[in-house]
Amino acid sequence: MRRKMFRSRLTPYLFLIGPLILYFIWVVGPMLYTIYLSFTNWDGVSSPAVTGWRNYQKLFRDPVFYISLTNNLKWMLCFITIPVVVGLALALVLNRNIPGAKFFKTSFYSPMVLSLVVCGLIWSWMYHPAKGLINETFRAVGLDMLAKGWLSDRRLVMWAIIAVGVWRQVGYVMILYLAGLQGIDPTLVDASRVDGCNRWQTIRHVILPLLTPVTVVVVVISIIDSLRAFDLVSVMTRGGPYYSSSVLANFMYIEAFNNYKMGYGAAISVILFLLSAVFIFIYLWRVLQTELEY
Amino acid sequence: MSARRFFRSPWRTAGYILLVIVTLLWLVPFGQAILTSFRSYDDIMIRGFFSLPQTISLNSYREAWVRGGLSRYLPNSFIITLPSLILTLLFSSLSAYALARFRFPGNRALYFLYVGGTMLPFQVLMLPVFRLTNALGLYDTYWGLIAFHTAFQLGFCTFLLRNYMRTVPGEILEAARMDGCSEFRIWWQIMMPLTLPALAALATLEFTWIFNDYLWAIILLRSDSLKPVTAGLATLQGQYVMDWTVIVAGALLATIPTVIVFIFLQRYFIEGLTLGATK
Repeated sequence: MRRKMFRSRLTPYLFLIGPLILYFIWVVGPMLYTIYLSFTNWDGVSSPAVTGWRNYQKLFRDPVFYISLTNNLKWMLCFITIPVVVGLALALVLNRNIPGAKFFKTSFYSPMVLSLVVCGLIWSWMYHPAKGLINETFRAVGLDMLAKGWLSDRRLVMWAIIAVGVWRQVGYVMILYLAGLQGIDPTLVDASRVDGCNRWQTIRHVILPLLTPVTVVVVVISIIDSLRAFDLVSVMTRGGPYYSSSVLANFMYIEAFNNYKMGYGAAISVILFLLSAVFIFIYLWRVLQTELEY
Repeated sequence: MSARRFFRSPWRTAGYILLVIVTLLWLVPFGQAILTSFRSYDDIMIRGFFSLPQTISLNSYREAWVRGGLSRYLPNSFIITLPSLILTLLFSSLSAYALARFRFPGNRALYFLYVGGTMLPFQVLMLPVFRLTNALGLYDTYWGLIAFHTAFQLGFCTFLLRNYMRTVPGEILEAARMDGCSEFRIWWQIMMPLTLPALAALATLEFTWIFNDYLWAIILLRSDSLKPVTAGLATLQGQYVMDWTVIVAGALLATIPTVIVFIFLQRYFIEGLTLGATK
């Protein structure tokens, strides 16, 4: 009897042991090891030597760091506004069975299926200064002054890349809101109509508050995605011209793998982690709350 | 609402027209890519984008497939994606079962560890994982990449499966336990079949994610012969700087597998996305 109890107490750990070993070796361990590396002068070849705070001191004096940080913030700002507003609007419209709703939905989330690399390449061609679709269209309608070097102009390039990210993100946000809307009890909406709310008031005072949990998730995911941004920049500009489109992840990659300053790269990634940690905790806190509702 | 009644209101009709225009604009990048891929670059360069194509051919596709190396990169993507997908689903269903069905100290802490890992900006792991694959002799092999994908995706998959497994009624499992079924058999023969809808949704989503990964492929692989299609396209871009029709044709070829998955398993894809975020 005692043996059986012991065995049953052991059971969950038997299920967990394989996955946990993998997870600790490849995710948890490396996470902690990055922090250590950020205090070293590792170059990727010789063994790392501890240099204290030097990487961080250098980082906080590096103008490219501030350019990259600002670009990440621009990205974040765009991501928590445009896709959220457009995605919500689309979800509200498409949730009411209008003719062709399925076609509209599919069109908006189809970019999600493409890899970011493919998105980056297709859009690089759209942005092509001489023969890209965008400039050709402006020239064709006589708006020549709007035909720009989208990816070579230092003031435009970051926005041009973010636009691609937004194009891909809108459908995702729309799907999440559509799922949220499906979960709303229709009697609540009917009740507000009976009480004399017009459509706008119903949205403002009934639907939006009920969608708050979805909005929290959407905003957190958007922020994390904007901090992760790498592929588009890497494919479209590699951070150029003159670092004007550099983001932290790309800055880190170049320092670590092109300049072999891996310790420095690790310090950049620690900053990236600290920035996202705040939002990860907000998210976990929300998960904890839904846990307690069980 | 019938279509005729719907369009009776002029405001509604105007809004509808606006929606149609926005949707069509949304699809323009696809349209221009497809149109470009069938033309020759010289033709576009000399006569402009808005000209009737001189010739329509599959030359760009052929070039990307044969000389551009997509015939090699695309199979590589499958060689990396399929084992990662199967392994991560297998391992995560094990840990999800433990977390969903047993009370033990540290249950919630482990759950949070998995959920937190999902949200991690994965660049944080880049350098240690690079070093680890070197130390284990897995650098520049398929297995290094497969091992990492398997482990990293565990977080999201465990999170999702654990929540799904909690909705399975306990009586079914209890009955099996009474009949003397071992826990391992309960997991494999009872829990797994019941979790199939969630597994299908997850598999569709994870296939797209792993297939579309670019960062880890360029970090953990160096040999051109091992690269998956995302990293391969970046190489192709460097190789054909002056020939956008080939690059665009290559990009379109690279999307065919995920588009096929999406067309046939669209429902699961959407389910996976929403399961992950609304739970």
